Amino acid sequence: MNAPIRELTYAQAIQEALATAMEADERVFLMGEDIGVYGGAFQVTGDLVHRFGEDRVMDTPISELGAAGIAVGAALAGSRPILEFQFSDFAALAMEQIVNQAAKMRFMLGGKVSVPLVMRLPSGSGTGAAAQHSQSLEAWLAHVPGLKVVQPSTPHDAKGLLLAAIDDPDPVMVFEHKLLYKMKGEVPEEAYRIPIGKAVVRRKGRHVTIVATSIMVHRALEAAEVLAGEGIEAEVIDLRTLRPLDTATIIESVKKTTRLACVYEGVKTLGIGAEISALIAESEAFDYLDAPILRLGGVDSPIPYNPTLEKAAVPQTSGIIEQVRNLVKGRI
Amino acid sequence: MPIEVILPKVDMDMATGKIAKWHVKEGDAVKKGGLLFEIETDKAAMEIDAPSDGIIRNITAFEGAIVPVGQAVALIYQDGESASAPVAAQPLPPVKPITPAPRPDAEQPAVLPAAAASGRFPATPLARRLAKQAGITLENIAGSGPRGRIAAIDVQGALAKPAAPQRVEPGSFEVIPLDGMRRTIAQRLTLSKQTVPHFYLTVNCDLTRLSEIREILNAQAPRDAQKLPVWKLSINDFIIKAMASALKQVPDANVTWADEGIHRHHSCDVGVAVAVEGGLFTPVVRAAETKSLSQVSKEMKDLATRARARKLLPAEYQGGTTTISNLGMYGIEQFTAIINPPHATILAVGAAMERFVPVNGLPVLRTQMTCTLSCDHRAVDGALGAQLLAAFRTFIEEPALMLA
Repeated sequence: MNAPIRELTYAQAIQEALATAMEADERVFLMGEDIGVYGGAFQVTGDLVHRFGEDRVMDTPISELGAAGIAVGAALAGSRPILEFQFSDFAALAMEQIVNQAAKMRFMLGGKVSVPLVMRLPSGSGTGAAAQHSQSLEAWLAHVPGLKVVQPSTPHDAKGLLLAAIDDPDPVMVFEHKLLYKMKGEVPEEAYRIPIGKAVVRRKGRHVTIVATSIMVHRALEAAEVLAGEGIEAEVIDLRTLRPLDTATIIESVKKTTRLACVYEGVKTLGIGAEISALIAESEAFDYLDAPILRLGGVDSPIPYNPTLEKAAVPQTSGIIEQVRNLVKGRI
Repeated sequence: MPIEVILPKVDMDMATGKIAKWHVKEGDAVKKGGLLFEIETDKAAMEIDAPSDGIIRNITAFEGAIVPVGQAVALIYQDGESASAPVAAQPLPPVKPITPAPRPDAEQPAVLPAAAASGRFPATPLARRLAKQAGITLENIAGSGPRGRIAAIDVQGALAKPAAPQRVEPGSFEVIPLDGMRRTIAQRLTLSKQTVPHFYLTVNCDLTRLSEIREILNAQAPRDAQKLPVWKLSINDFIIKAMASALKQVPDANVTWADEGIHRHHSCDVGVAVAVEGGLFTPVVRAAETKSLSQVSKEMKDLATRARARKLLPAEYQGGTTTISNLGMYGIEQFTAIINPPHATILAVGAAMERFVPVNGLPVLRTQMTCTLSCDHRAVDGALGAQLLAAFRTFIEEPALMLA
């Protein structure tokens, strides 16, 4: 007899991962603005404060730099802090601690210490929250050696990657997508881990490889479904981790399909798609390319408040269909 | 999961194989053990069978493609898988239609005059690689992509089309692509001629006794069920046997050179050069000194037949210490051969010819055959080579000694 499939939302899956980790290891604690009785800006921590108390679910003042500094110090002292930002945009305020402290300690102290902290960063556009609350800044942090950067695209991965991040001895930045919090999906009850640094092929195909991240994985899969009806078989790779990058999976796929499209929400210029394109151009897959590499990313503009423009500023399914079709048909 | 069809390693030092011919096409149902495709390696052609039942798809290596060992060249989908594959029922036509002409509103002409004039042709990396593998230039291929860019499908189209009749210009030539066998011959013989110190010894062998004995043996051959003689000995069969007997008599010449020391072989294995379409093989008659002439003859016939069909197993053309290269059938009187490494010697055999030779001061007509032995001086010195060749001549001139 098969057990019924248990579905959770992306937010519930994260909360379950947090609770699982806190039950298993008393060094784990949560910090963030309004994560206590309010339950978090996106209700991810919910009632965890009632289960674990205010010592382990700590509301912080509105000072991201201060909270990040406490998290780094706590991690150095042997705790396992998990810091929630209300919006990933506010990581800008905490850059000193993230980039110059958390990422560097292990290296500057000769490996004698590590900084096992996790930062949860709600990111992305589509909520009408305008330019200062809608960015996708994951490529910034993925540029910094010493950090690990993951981007779960499903409730299943949200739980598994977060648990792996909490286990990890190094600082891990978890970029969650605000539009995915309400997405439902199968989430096993046990405490499973998704390995950091491993991409996954979400759909097999032989005519084009679409490398996508976060919410763009779903748009790429929708596009692939439509294109399949036209005889174009797209292979969709969910990157899952930006640093360290799973280069082998991408290279192998492109060698098979001979075409590459990168779809991501961050600003196209100098973004993750540029890195993947260069990776392929430098790799053995270069000799297998039968078309120019296509990048679909955010436009070179702050995210607009106007809902129509907000949508137009990042890749949408219809645009992915059209551009990938053009790529495979040799029109670009 | 569909099952990958990989290019197998069928020869010891094989790194790549060329897909010579597909016997199935995209979407065909295949049976486990059924013939899928033929590959051509450095040495041989091999037939590759299906590893399982199913539907063949995703054929990625077209005929003529050179593929690394171990690379998947197609997938076999099981029953359930083909059903669930989204567009499995509809094999994809070439995804890129050949656009006849640019639309009037297209920003660019199909081929930039500048590119054509400069001799540079926009092409994808894959198209360039395929063209290079197939030994064709991009010059005459019409690119179907933007700005006339040549993609893989254009190269494949050009390969599929019969070449247009071309006016022959004085001084013009065509490039014949190098296959594995041609590359191997070039590489091994260049290595031999450049690194093996050759010297040459020539003798004339009188064939009077050999011809008599051959006639008797062939006339006396028993008949099989179809009343055909069970053997028909050729002069070459005698030559193989005589060379093996000579090696047995002069064991110091039954050697191969190696850095660790000279290998002196215990059995007299004689390679025989067999010309085949596009090259040659040297299958080896093993321990020929222990075999009867009829055995040698039968074995050689089988090896030669299979060599021409490129069906020899690698083990059948490896090893040995010497080679027989016989160009007598072309009327060649005498020639010198390049040693086939790691062999120490090679015997170049000319045609049987009638010559006047002095016997007791009078010219007498005799049938003679001129043989030139090339020796690897590292392993076989002049006197040793001379002993070997003298022994060979003795066995040819008095074949009865091979019975001893």
